Amino acid sequence: MTLLDHVPSEAQLRRSAYRRRQTVYSVFVAASSTAALGTLLVIAVTGAPGWDRVRQSFLDPEIARDALPAVLTGLWLNVRLLVCCAVGALLLGLVIAVLRTLRGPVFFPVRALAAGYTYTFRGLPLIIVLYLLTLGVPGLRLQGMPPVLVLGGIALVLTYGGYLAEVFRAGIESVHPSQLAAARSLGLTYRQTMRHVVLPQAVRRVAPPLLNDVVALQKDVGLVSLAGPIDAVRAAQIATAQSFNYTPYIVAGVLFVLLAIPLIAVTDWVTLRAARRQSGG
Amino acid sequence: MALLRCRGLRKEFGGHAVLDQLDLTVTEHRVVALIGASGSGKSTLLRCVNLLEEIDDGTIELDGEDISDPRVDPDRVRRRIGMVFQAYNLFPHLSVLDNITLAPRRVHRRGRAEAEAQARDLLDRVGLGAKADAYPDRLSGGQQQRVAIVRALANSPRLMLLDEVTSALDPELVGEVLAMIRDLKADGMTMVLATHEMGFAREVADEVCFLDAGRVVESGPPEQVLGEPTQPRTRQFLHRIIEAGRL
Repeated sequence: MTLLDHVPSEAQLRRSAYRRRQTVYSVFVAASSTAALGTLLVIAVTGAPGWDRVRQSFLDPEIARDALPAVLTGLWLNVRLLVCCAVGALLLGLVIAVLRTLRGPVFFPVRALAAGYTYTFRGLPLIIVLYLLTLGVPGLRLQGMPPVLVLGGIALVLTYGGYLAEVFRAGIESVHPSQLAAARSLGLTYRQTMRHVVLPQAVRRVAPPLLNDVVALQKDVGLVSLAGPIDAVRAAQIATAQSFNYTPYIVAGVLFVLLAIPLIAVTDWVTLRAARRQSGG
Repeated sequence: MALLRCRGLRKEFGGHAVLDQLDLTVTEHRVVALIGASGSGKSTLLRCVNLLEEIDDGTIELDGEDISDPRVDPDRVRRRIGMVFQAYNLFPHLSVLDNITLAPRRVHRRGRAEAEAQARDLLDRVGLGAKADAYPDRLSGGQQQRVAIVRALANSPRLMLLDEVTSALDPELVGEVLAMIRDLKADGMTMVLATHEMGFAREVADEVCFLDAGRVVESGPPEQVLGEPTQPRTRQFLHRIIEAGRL
């Protein structure tokens, strides 16, 4: 190739020099505007009349240190519950979405049930589902009742499964009919076409919104504490009640954000990769 | 022997008859070219033969079996028919090799090693051996269409349906696809191809059928239909093609 022997023209050299100067200038402007805004914010917050009281009751380092172990223990429960519920909700959502695509009169009741499920659980507030399962179901006093934690997890799976099913369905419907025609013309059955041609493309396409819902699930996992189990938020609440100081909530909040960062980073990476794959065609 | 026989075929879309009383017979080892304006029913006819569309009247026989009988399992019929589409329709999430071996492995239950050996052999024969592990979006249009033809051939079909397989290609890539179809004819493959390439139809087809408004208006050897058409509508169509510089 001639890449190495190419000598840039006078005009190109001038353009490059101009662009370099512009880049330096842009970095300088960005740095100064950030510094100015940051200074303003710090002055506004620390200069507020109640700043000292707020700092004492929300940002006490000693209380933060004391509350950390209990909040971390609670967070471990959140993490375990998140993993189980995310896997359960993704599986349930996928199954429901596929059931809704089944054709033929035999499957009418299955389709109707699946559709009814997504309508019900997307409409029903999560808190009501949680109360029904964690307080209502044990009230039946049946033998072999699972612990409240499991019931809470089931409530989360049921609610999020409804959302995820719709995301999966959108993905399935986004696969072009010509792909189905190609698969069927090769002699693949409807099931084989779904399994090998439609679903792999659908899942890849909706991976970003699916992961986004998992990030949302991560926060809602904490709601099981309404039924008793001690998660990070409940642990922070207990610590707050003991010290009459709100710092433990801040501790829990920071930990939640830290937990979300890797998941959000993965979501962004998957989104970027999907976008690149599409434009690469 | 007639491999494919369509009689009185009718297909409607929204009250409009796209195929109307259409008859077509394809003898084994022969190549039939369908020509005609866009909307004349060429693609619809191919899709009906492959049971991708439900017909509204008439019968389709493949190898003497009435495949338009609703009790026939369409998957079993399609295994014997290879179809290639205008837009290639390769599976973008699968490599070239996986595109080709999908049906042999899942439909014909062959082992991975056997299916891949056959696929690599077919790819080598069309000069695409180096692309076996590439993904479709890394290939040129001509290469993609040749892979699509190999994918259809991997099922060892009795009949190949080619739906305007060069219409989406840049002019300089048309030749490589046509060369492959020429080789298929030399191997004795029975083919029905819808095409706008009149020169190619003349060269490769044993019979040319001119379709207009869902009927076969005129059919016969290419020299006759393309050279001395008897029907005014055929003459009109060919005149327009010549004006457009396509013949």
